[in-house]
Amino acid sequence: MSAHARNCLAANDWICGEYLRSRSEELTDATVEHIVITLSAVGLAILVAFPLALLARRWRIAAGGILSLTTVLYTIPSLAMYALLLPVFGISASIVVTGLVLYSLTVLVRNMLAGLQAVPEEAREAARGLGYGPARLLFAVELPLALPAVMAGVRIATVSAVSLTTVGAIVGHGGLGNLIYSSLDSYFKAQVLTASVLCVALAVAADLLLLLVQRLLTPWARAGGGGRRTRRRPGPAPAPRAEEVA
Amino acid sequence: MNLSVIPDAWSWLTTADNWSGSGGAAHRLNEHLYLTAVCLVLSCAIALPLALWLGHGGGRRFGGALAINISNAGRAVPTFAVLVLLTLGPLGTHGDLPTVIALILFAVPPLLTNAYVGISQADPSVVQAAKGMGMSHLQVLGRVEIPLAFPLIMTGVRTAAVQIVATATLAALPGGGGLGRIITAGFRTYRTPQVVAGAVLVALLALAVEGVLALAQRLLDPGRRHRVREAAPAPAGEAPHEPPTGRPRPTRPLTGSTQ
Repeated sequence: MSAHARNCLAANDWICGEYLRSRSEELTDATVEHIVITLSAVGLAILVAFPLALLARRWRIAAGGILSLTTVLYTIPSLAMYALLLPVFGISASIVVTGLVLYSLTVLVRNMLAGLQAVPEEAREAARGLGYGPARLLFAVELPLALPAVMAGVRIATVSAVSLTTVGAIVGHGGLGNLIYSSLDSYFKAQVLTASVLCVALAVAADLLLLLVQRLLTPWARAGGGGRRTRRRPGPAPAPRAEEVA
Repeated sequence: MNLSVIPDAWSWLTTADNWSGSGGAAHRLNEHLYLTAVCLVLSCAIALPLALWLGHGGGRRFGGALAINISNAGRAVPTFAVLVLLTLGPLGTHGDLPTVIALILFAVPPLLTNAYVGISQADPSVVQAAKGMGMSHLQVLGRVEIPLAFPLIMTGVRTAAVQIVATATLAALPGGGGLGRIITAGFRTYRTPQVVAGAVLVALLALAVEGVLALAQRLLDPGRRHRVREAAPAPAGEAPHEPPTGRPRPTRPLTGSTQ
């Protein structure tokens, strides 16, 4: 047995530098598609979730309906979700983006609602006393105060979206998932492992980036040093709590 | 938008031929249910004792970090990638084993996190009182902490069950059984009605599993019975059997100092 096969591609090793070199273009394309799908899905989901959260806050009946509907959507397995959207869009990336938007709504609406509801009444009163109208109250006072909860939701939604995009391979628009799916028939180990690792790296990078964005957007959370203000660093971060509702 | 798919999918679902045989929907449904049940039981057997032990005090610091990180990691790792990695790995030749392992891997995090959070956040004053009454560790766990944490433990079980149903569907991509096979076969042969019919079955199964477990949670919740008994002093017959709770959410544990 010639253990020192020169070409790890021919030997079908799990780890293969030659693969990275020879297929870098394919990998880049897949990664870019992955990022584009995830970004557009989360972006759209935020745009849809925000008015829904406002509706849910305004009317209690709407809250019940919206929350249970999004929970039901969340229960549907990803493969089934994409399959159900097939007759709507035909084979296209819209299927994947729409599916991811529907999944993200659950976490986003819930967290936005929770964040808005947790705004202290005194802050609202004070703003009204200063002559803030409803729109200014929302965008200048309530939204910034709700931001930590909102961002926690955005982070969960983004990380899940990165992972669920891979399933889009069933319609040929799964970003890195395409590489994983196409390796199945040929048992191409290096491709599966590389794409999987890249996918996890994307999720972690996105999470850290959003954490950074959150810190930049909420400078007051860092100010005051000591840690008397609620700093969401190591302890029971909001992330797992938000999930248990799902 | 192709609306003619809907009646076509319906006729697929109502055609007896599609349900019978070794690749029929009935057999696939069986496979799916069997996989789900086995993996849910196995995951509970792995995760719950660990969560109880960690939450009860066997290293809380470590437990807290583990509980949070494991569920974050569970979200970041794509189930599809793990399924394919395990299938191509050395275990791939062992039939359903890669699928079973993948299903358990993704069911453990929600179970562990929720049960740990529930147990470790049981009202400390109640736990103290129980200890003061001379309860042993096991009694405190079984009579105080688990009942208080029950809603969260069940939330974990439901999340895990839904996760298992979803992952078992994906197992069809690397060639496993289950209802996902109907969908992938439909894609392969460009039969959209079959794809939609399979997806409807999968979605209904997921919702049914969630519904059954939500019902079980309602019926089994030790805290709820207690609450009803306490809340209804005189007319026992009038005890509200359907407390208007919506979705069982991570409620705060029962009110602290009752006695």
